[in-house]
Amino acid sequence: MKNSTFVGTLAAATFAAGFAAAGTLDDVKAKGFVQCGVSTGLVGFAAADANGNWDGFDVSVCRAVAAAVLGDAQAVKFTPTTGKTRFTALASGEVDVLARNTTWTFSRDVDLKFTFVGVNYYDGQGFMVPKELGVASAKDLDGATVCIQTGTTTELNLADFFRTNNISYEPVPIETNAEAQQQYLAGACDVYTTDASGLAATRATFESPDAHTLLPEIISKEPLGPLVRHGDDQWADIVRWTMNALIAAEELGVTSANIKESAMEAGNNPEINRLLGTEGNLGEQLGLSADWAKNAIAAGGNYGEIFSRNIGESTPIGLARGLNAQWTDGGLIYTPPFR
Amino acid sequence: MSAITDPPKGGFQLSQLIYDTRYRSMTIQIVALVLFLVGVGWLLNNAAQNLAALGKPLGFGFLGEAAGYDINQKLIEYNNQMSHGRAALVGVMNTLLVAVLGCALATVLGVTIGVLRLSNNWIVARIMTFYIEALRNVPVLLWIVLLMAIFIESFPQPKDFRGDDAVATLKIFESVAFTNRGFYIPKPDMFAGSMFVVFVFLASIVGMFFFRSWSRKRQEATGEILPNFWISLGILIIPALLVYFVLGRPIGLEYPELKGFNFKGGIYMRNSLIALTLALALYTAAFIAENVRAGIMAISKGQSEAAFALGLRPSRTMNLVILPQALRVIIPPLISQYLNLTKNSSLAIAVGYMDVTGTLGGITLNQTGREMECLLILMAIYLAISLTISTVMNWYNESVKLRER
Repeated sequence: MKNSTFVGTLAAATFAAGFAAAGTLDDVKAKGFVQCGVSTGLVGFAAADANGNWDGFDVSVCRAVAAAVLGDAQAVKFTPTTGKTRFTALASGEVDVLARNTTWTFSRDVDLKFTFVGVNYYDGQGFMVPKELGVASAKDLDGATVCIQTGTTTELNLADFFRTNNISYEPVPIETNAEAQQQYLAGACDVYTTDASGLAATRATFESPDAHTLLPEIISKEPLGPLVRHGDDQWADIVRWTMNALIAAEELGVTSANIKESAMEAGNNPEINRLLGTEGNLGEQLGLSADWAKNAIAAGGNYGEIFSRNIGESTPIGLARGLNAQWTDGGLIYTPPFR
Repeated sequence: MSAITDPPKGGFQLSQLIYDTRYRSMTIQIVALVLFLVGVGWLLNNAAQNLAALGKPLGFGFLGEAAGYDINQKLIEYNNQMSHGRAALVGVMNTLLVAVLGCALATVLGVTIGVLRLSNNWIVARIMTFYIEALRNVPVLLWIVLLMAIFIESFPQPKDFRGDDAVATLKIFESVAFTNRGFYIPKPDMFAGSMFVVFVFLASIVGMFFFRSWSRKRQEATGEILPNFWISLGILIIPALLVYFVLGRPIGLEYPELKGFNFKGGIYMRNSLIALTLALALYTAAFIAENVRAGIMAISKGQSEAAFALGLRPSRTMNLVILPQALRVIIPPLISQYLNLTKNSSLAIAVGYMDVTGTLGGITLNQTGREMECLLILMAIYLAISLTISTVMNWYNESVKLRER
């Protein structure tokens, strides 16, 4: 009798414990803010200032999404994540979107069940060494001690690179960029390796950036972009097209300076009109208001403005557009049409 | 005729389950058990359903796939083409290494400090009190990070050893390199005939035990005490040394040498290993010291007074009378401390030490996205290690227990 009671109640519990998955968009609207996973601090990409305000290239994506969905670029709750904690945070629903220089790879897309909504920075893995070491190529690094952020694609690229070149190294696994910086500067490792953009950003914060050099080898493709969970295509569409709107705005010459007047009434360019909601109903199709893209662009400017303000050549990080120029300028940044 | 009321008859009624004291406790237990099992079942079911909804059904096949990452400290053969399971095993070995080194060091330190805290010397006792209070009242994670920071910042870089006017030099007869990447110590180099020396040394150890038991019997028979310590030391060292020189020094030392970016040769002890082991040992020693003190103070003062009255010196009183009795009080909490140290070793990732939490619960979990599976295996591993420690220590506890006749 005891047994059957148990089985019966277990069966009842099975029916009761359903998997409740409401749409992310409804959740976000109900909460009134977007939960965004960012890095624990990488100047230019995501860093908090003294007042706790987050700013940076990746942060701008979150702010644009919040502006598009809620009309308020400040309605974002930032969750700093390490290389190790980021995927768990996204999978468990702790964050709605992860914008944290995360490389788009097959296994993350397919096996880890995430949807990468696009690429907002084309990067590659590089090496930084002190100049006084006199190393000219990554192939001279036989026997070197290498600081590496654990839980990243760079860890696997590094293993592959040293294996194919048949040279040895001593990995020093590290949790955050700040710890890596400390160990590297103290000389506990000879080399620091991560995405080249990350290296440039890290070097910019050094006391004497000129004493360190980036080696010429870029040993991997690291397309970085924001990602969301599998299974909620509407939310994935919103994040994807918000990012595309920023890119399209640059291509079409819509900037934070001229967006107010452009969005007042329909102009001559039909694509700008569709983008800014003065023509058609793109916003409605996404389940957002008609001025979603206008809000997203007004939050931090178009893609080019965000790039140059946070990591561009006028900033201490000093990254050239390179691959990240618009396709019209010979780069890879390209958005499907707004139609 | 007196009226005798019949004893209450009738069948079993359901209300008896609650109101009849014969059944009540059984009813409550069964209800509690069912509720508990339903709770567990609900949790498991919920987890399984959520995993299925995420499209990640439970599976352990990933353990056989190539890991793809490198591990710096490996006690067994490993490279990045080997499986995740192998990487986990490397991590387990590293965890065990820290646990064994840490427990041994913590015991030696803890017993010494605990005894010294009871010293009659005011300064010594106060210093030990200060040590205990300072160490055990700060989280162990902070001690680990602090020690690591000290190692990184205060020791010279390998390149400081380079050149004719090097800033740093090898210490201790030019044999040990203290760098901010760890310590390099000489490694024994085995030549032909070295096995013979090792064999003689092992034989000496056996011989020493024979001498000890002979000496004890002799003492019981005659009452004379031999200088046991010095004779044992002699038996242990002299034959091996003789063979070593007769065979023409078959065991040499491989000294660390600066080659390229790092020192090569010798034994490389990474500063993550040293910082972690040292911090765990120092921290746990403070707790063990208190256990030892409690054990000693639990022994009635009459015991030491009686020993003194018999003319035993204080050190013999401690070794022969007090400590054997105190062990009974010390061992059970000591087991907990060993378990704590072993589990605290999972803080290793703070200094980049690749223990099982770092490999299986860190990189493997991250690269494969198998949170549930990795954490379940990880918990099973720690459970197995802890139960093994408990079993061994309980067996030891049994052997020192008071024999009541």
